[in-house]
Amino acid sequence: MRLEILNSGYHPGTKLLFAVIRLFSGQPVPDAAKLVFYRPDFYGARARNLTHEAMRGPSAWSVGDRELMAAYVSKVNDSAFCIGAHTATASQAYQDGAKVQAVLADLQSAPIEEPLRATLRMLGKLTAEGSVSADDMREVLSAGASAQQIEDALAVCLAFNTTDRLADAFGFVVLSPEGFEAGAKYLLKRGYR
Amino acid sequence: MIQGRTAEDAQGTVAGEDKGRAAYRALLDRVLAREGTASAQQRARAFSNEGLPPPLDALIDKVATRPAQVTDADFATAKASGFSEEQLFELVICAAVGQSARLYETGLAALGEATASGEAG
Repeated sequence: MRLEILNSGYHPGTKLLFAVIRLFSGQPVPDAAKLVFYRPDFYGARARNLTHEAMRGPSAWSVGDRELMAAYVSKVNDSAFCIGAHTATASQAYQDGAKVQAVLADLQSAPIEEPLRATLRMLGKLTAEGSVSADDMREVLSAGASAQQIEDALAVCLAFNTTDRLADAFGFVVLSPEGFEAGAKYLLKRGYR
Repeated sequence: MIQGRTAEDAQGTVAGEDKGRAAYRALLDRVLAREGTASAQQRARAFSNEGLPPPLDALIDKVATRPAQVTDADFATAKASGFSEEQLFELVICAAVGQSARLYETGLAALGEATASGEAG
């Protein structure tokens, strides 16, 4: 990563934890995990809490739907690490990698329900252009998403616009496909907390 | 029965919503209002992507608006101008959280407008 403190500035206990993660996963510790363990009192502890609530807290969206939103927002931001991580996690959650690939390739023609399609379109516009209108929101509501679902989707968008920026700014190393699969398995078992 | 279930669902939704919003407020409060190695003023300026001196402003603007274009040189230049790694860690986080918070608030405001006018109409 671009800051040396994020590569080597960890307490002995945290270094030990990283060694345990490497041992059990057989993979390097993802930079996303390293970031939230660096001075967790400043960012990591609260960011994990916020992300866990958005991704695993109560919602009418499934875990797969929310992981797909994370992957889609990351695609709009062109954030390679997060695209890889959340494509893998959404694919495992749905047990349908083809569906996730179809959404990322062409949202319009992808085989998903209309409320999810309209929600992803709105998140993409907000992320790319920095603005959405009440009319944009009415379209999502007309497609069948509830106001609460839109609010839940905005929380996912908040979490991943933040993470995407940090991944690209700090220079997270993109993992191998096996590394992303191992990370996805962990996120589906344990969440973000 | 139906009414009871509705009330229960509504309560569950409200509790979930509160936890998410509380987590959001806690993150903002920590990065902006509590102690850091960068001053509170610098962190507020990174958060709003406004009023920072060059060359730091270039790095922070990229984090906020085109993060995929951040380079090693952006960090090297910011460090050479006197910012420590600890300060840059905090300021980059503030920039990322700030931009994302603006998008979030924009989305919530548009949703509020859409649902308010929907109820009136």
